[in-house]
Amino acid sequence: MIGHTSVAVGGLYGEKASGPTVDFSYVGIDAILEQMRRKAMKQGFELNIMVVGQSGLGKSTLMNTLFKSKVSRKSVLATSQEKIPKTIEIKSISHDIEEKGVRMKLTVIDTPGFGDQINNENCWQPIMKFINDQYEAYLQEEININRKKRIPDSRVHCCIYFIPPTGHCLRPLDVEFMRRLSKVVNIVPVIAKADTLTLEERDFFKKKIREELRANGIDVYPQKEFDEDAEDRMINEKIREMIPFAVVGSDQEYQVNGRRLLGRKTKWGTIEVENIAHCEFAYLRDLLIRTHMQNIKDITSSIHYEMYRVRRLNENNTVVAHANGIPEHHLAAHEM
Amino acid sequence: MSHVDLFGHVGFDSMPDQLVNKSVNHGFCFNILCVGETGLGKSTLMDTLFNTKFEGEPTQHNQPGVTLKSNTYELQESNVRLKLTVVNTVGFGDQINKEDSYKSIVEFIDAQFEAYLQEELKIKRTLHSYHDTRIHACLYFIAPTGHSLKSLDLVTMKKLDSKVNIIPIIAKSDAISKSELAKFKIKITSELVSNGVQIYQFPTDDESVAEINSTMNSHLPFAVVGSTEEVKIGNKMVKARQYPWGTVQVENENHCDFVKLREMLIRVNMEDLREQTHTRHYELYRRCKLEEMGFKDTDPDSKPFSLQETYEAKRNEFMGELQKKEEEMRQMFVQRVKEKEAELKEAEKELHEKFDRLKKLHQDEKKKLEEKKKSLDDELNTFKQKKTAAELLQNQAQQAGGSTTLKRDKERKN
Repeated sequence: MIGHTSVAVGGLYGEKASGPTVDFSYVGIDAILEQMRRKAMKQGFELNIMVVGQSGLGKSTLMNTLFKSKVSRKSVLATSQEKIPKTIEIKSISHDIEEKGVRMKLTVIDTPGFGDQINNENCWQPIMKFINDQYEAYLQEEININRKKRIPDSRVHCCIYFIPPTGHCLRPLDVEFMRRLSKVVNIVPVIAKADTLTLEERDFFKKKIREELRANGIDVYPQKEFDEDAEDRMINEKIREMIPFAVVGSDQEYQVNGRRLLGRKTKWGTIEVENIAHCEFAYLRDLLIRTHMQNIKDITSSIHYEMYRVRRLNENNTVVAHANGIPEHHLAAHEM
Repeated sequence: MSHVDLFGHVGFDSMPDQLVNKSVNHGFCFNILCVGETGLGKSTLMDTLFNTKFEGEPTQHNQPGVTLKSNTYELQESNVRLKLTVVNTVGFGDQINKEDSYKSIVEFIDAQFEAYLQEELKIKRTLHSYHDTRIHACLYFIAPTGHSLKSLDLVTMKKLDSKVNIIPIIAKSDAISKSELAKFKIKITSELVSNGVQIYQFPTDDESVAEINSTMNSHLPFAVVGSTEEVKIGNKMVKARQYPWGTVQVENENHCDFVKLREMLIRVNMEDLREQTHTRHYELYRRCKLEEMGFKDTDPDSKPFSLQETYEAKRNEFMGELQKKEEEMRQMFVQRVKEKEAELKEAEKELHEKFDRLKKLHQDEKKKLEEKKKSLDDELNTFKQKKTAAELLQNQAQQAGGSTTLKRDKERKN
């Protein structure tokens, strides 16, 4: 009546039960890790990255390089709209990508027009509004009586800010933007097109930038105050010493020493994008994707989103204008 | 949205690992509720399942009602830390009138949902470090009568099936023979179906476990035997119950379904049980509770934050009432104090008056007595004077007629 299923089950996990007899002291609690992994693979993951910077800094190329695919807006939309828009637009494009059975819904949010006008005052406002709108949408779903099994997450997990490689210091626009946005979203500043800087210039520039960030009280990712334990702190301190990463992007492959590598070919040599002696792209990729992706999402949901929620629920205004409404006042209340 | 192909290795295939690592650092929690009559071996089964000795002595049979006792244990296996909470129903099935037996169980389960809901509704909340006490699995222990389910079982399971994942098990199944067991299981399953009781089905949507889960589904309810004692069989020590006529081995699949239960409960579906509790049972509770409290989802043109608004309004109302009650009580208290104070003052006054009266009386008496004494003294003096005067006279008289008296006396003598 009772079938011999223990052998088959042993094969499922492979490690402990390797036959009809079962190890006595083994309960099997650690099998929950495998169960969790299975469920996660089945559900897939979501990641929303925003790129901010003046046009021409290589934002689209960097995105394509990071995800080794044509995910940027430029690759998707027709290139007839090469002209710089008159106001900042927020353009969000989603793709389904898959690697070794892991499915991810990647959304790249582009901000063409940022910093391109003559008068750039308040150019962070549409961006802040967009970020807050995503928090708002999530909150609305969360407080519904009948809610979805899985609330779709469109919250911006990470905002990559492109600093032009001037080599001197941060511009007022950079400081203003990062100061305001570091309070609502994880900011990862990068030095764009870093192949125009020599190593010494690069180090000097980075040091200047770090000083300026510190002087202005700007907390970029990974934020010191969210380090969970000593181990975390150690890992994150190393990262904090390298910020901002000096990156070079490319989606072209070249032959270097018999291997095909992503790079930029110039008359004086080929810059290998993934070579850490040439640029820090690999560090950025590792941070964003291979090691800290979950952490970035966690900080967004348990800290930035919760802060938004607290502010929102403490407000006594009952009318929330969805369309035009009161963007200035709304944002002013959220700007700190 | 579209699908794009990658032209190289990106590295986000490490995401499941990152997620698992985060959970390992955080630890897991799992809460089991054991419902069943006293003496069906609930505690022993828990000990056997988790291979430890949970504390506690066997309960008495004379409980006046059903109470729930919950104990939390920290277990660790390789790098996984599990916070296991085992909740036992104490006194279930012992009363003469069992109509209300299920109530305390339902209340307990609801209380855990309520606690989570409260945390979720808080303004400043800490959901990621919240200790989840919601019941993930309910093991319902069926007595091994061999006939059918008791009506108490049916009623209780019917009340619980929309609130918790029910896994029915036949306890102490070494009391039933194999053929009886097969019939018993069929009877139980058909009774559950005909009464519309929804027990937990092991999920069959994931291909890697679909097969084993659907096989196990057909073996429900599991017939288990629990034992923490070890007996030597051949050259190994196994968990077993030793009888004069033979030994029942707990982990022998021919003897009982213990191994199946452990597989299903822990090794294959623990995460699914947690997920179902959160996405199905908890959501149902939340929906009902919020609707009961008077919230609605928004209509297209009504204010979007009616939930928060109504909640605030209700909260203010409640606080207002609370304050009013407090005020009332305070007033009453002040009133009582005043009254008592007045009473005491009255009493004090009376006492003073009494004292004064007594004092006056005493003084009057004293005065009277002094007067009397004085008059008495006067009398005494007067008397003395009179006496002295009389004595004097007598002496004089005696001296004058003293001789005559003497002569008279002499004459008389002669």
